[in-house]
Amino acid sequence: MLTKVIVDAKVIGQKMLSQDVRQIDFLAPEIARQALPGQFVNVQTSTHTAPLLRRPLGVANVDPEKGVLTLIYRIIGEATHILADACTGDRISIIGPLGHGFDLQAKKPLLIGGGLGLAPLVYLAKNFCPNPVEILMGGRTKKELFWMDIFEDLCEAIHITTDDGSLGAEGTVLALLPELLQKGGYDCIYVCGPEPMMKAVVEVAAKFEVPCQISLEKYMACGLGACLSCSCGGVHKRLKVCTDGPVFWAQEVKEW
Amino acid sequence: MVKALYDNRLAVDIAGLKMKTPVTTASGTFGFGLEFQDFLDLEKVGAVTVKGTTLEPRAGNKGQRAVETPSGMLNCVGLENPGSDYFIEHTLPELKKIDVPVIVNIAGSTPEEYGELAKKLDIEGVHAIEINISCPNVKHGGIAFGTCPESAAEVVRAVKANTGKPVITKLSPNVTDIVEMALAAQEAGTDALSLINTLIGMKIDIDRRKPVLGNVMGGLSGPAVRPVAVRMVYQVAQKVNVPIIGMGGIMNAEDAIEFFLAGASAVAVGTANFCDPRLAETICQGMLSYLDRHEFKNIQEIIGLALPK
Repeated sequence: MLTKVIVDAKVIGQKMLSQDVRQIDFLAPEIARQALPGQFVNVQTSTHTAPLLRRPLGVANVDPEKGVLTLIYRIIGEATHILADACTGDRISIIGPLGHGFDLQAKKPLLIGGGLGLAPLVYLAKNFCPNPVEILMGGRTKKELFWMDIFEDLCEAIHITTDDGSLGAEGTVLALLPELLQKGGYDCIYVCGPEPMMKAVVEVAAKFEVPCQISLEKYMACGLGACLSCSCGGVHKRLKVCTDGPVFWAQEVKEW
Repeated sequence: MVKALYDNRLAVDIAGLKMKTPVTTASGTFGFGLEFQDFLDLEKVGAVTVKGTTLEPRAGNKGQRAVETPSGMLNCVGLENPGSDYFIEHTLPELKKIDVPVIVNIAGSTPEEYGELAKKLDIEGVHAIEINISCPNVKHGGIAFGTCPESAAEVVRAVKANTGKPVITKLSPNVTDIVEMALAAQEAGTDALSLINTLIGMKIDIDRRKPVLGNVMGGLSGPAVRPVAVRMVYQVAQKVNVPIIGMGGIMNAEDAIEFFLAGASAVAVGTANFCDPRLAETICQGMLSYLDRHEFKNIQEIIGLALPK
């Protein structure tokens, strides 16, 4: 049984992945040793009353031996701006690991991601190594796909689409997905990205009868299953993205 | 049997509800308490106030349900809950294993429904009933009862007639005269009052040019509302005889002390549970330090000290 912990994690480094995307590494052994791919943590960026709530971020990687927890985030608001200013040695309160991660049974997985949805897929891809993993990633332009460098060592094949055609096939991930599913022989799809992308992938996966796991994102306050800010409709029951998810089988979620 | 904690210096009795510490959890911010067990010892919390419960299950509101605002947050969860049968069959047995009083927050669409629910919950393991007549996020019931003194009184009477447990009425701050509401609830027989529920607010997404919340408006909570809450406790404490549980943006012991000085006999930690899930337990240390620093024997001694003589 996993135990959720609250720790004052020590920042051990930040790296700029693009103009507005950062990777932050923490020393957080209690979380690093337990966290599974698809789980998340809730980060307190300020000890003042604003920003007030913690920010949920997917676990992008862990090194259980060194006790390192890696998160990747985009600087979009006040809280992430504060996080970007954190220096090595700073202590930041983190609660984790939270939620329910990916089912890891697949023999031939296809990972699909877009935007920051690619962050949890890094840890997932690493988990499948040395078994071959393929990833399909979509972005607006070439500039957004700095992720290629990260996945290069983890994946056997990287399939790319960009809205403007500046890299890979032109269009969304749907431009390549049917063809991949036709001949790929995948036994499971793992998708994490913007909602319209995930909904479209779920539809195509159903057509090709490939099981599909989705990682949902919803505004949440507690991350512990208490506030019900993030609940969504399941089959004959309500689901909490924070504790029942964030990863679900596509057919489990009826309304999101 | 309630075991003593902290040499009883923080123990309070709210209309027969014996609490080891004067701290409970604001309904809706602490789930059923069980969700927080990884972080704190529930037996060191004065009482657990559980999520608003209705007779039948409710799915709550569609769309985005929460958003952060300056030093606070808005929510429009809309009383999503698994219903009273589920609570009694599945949740209550788990809570009964823990030595902590349980306050069940109830909501309904008619006074009769409140009465029926109170009757159903007049069972072992439930230590008090908190009447929610102040939820701003549901169309029927909730705040509709909380903004009209006669309707509020009717609900309180319906609940009192159907339970032997202490009855706490949770008031809405969204009224012109909070004292009038408090007196109506007292007159109707409430044993205690909870002040305050959330303030109605809204936020607009300027890029989409639409309200952020699915239900358009939501309840504002967090430190942003604390001055309003302190003011209302201060006003009500001067006019009523029943004990008050003060709540609204308490983030630490100092904030809690303010409520006691304004006349509250106990406090509830709400939104702060999301920031620090240990707070309902750890806040007591700071309260004891305050008592030591100012040489008070116990928490009872400071209740209402800031009120006019």
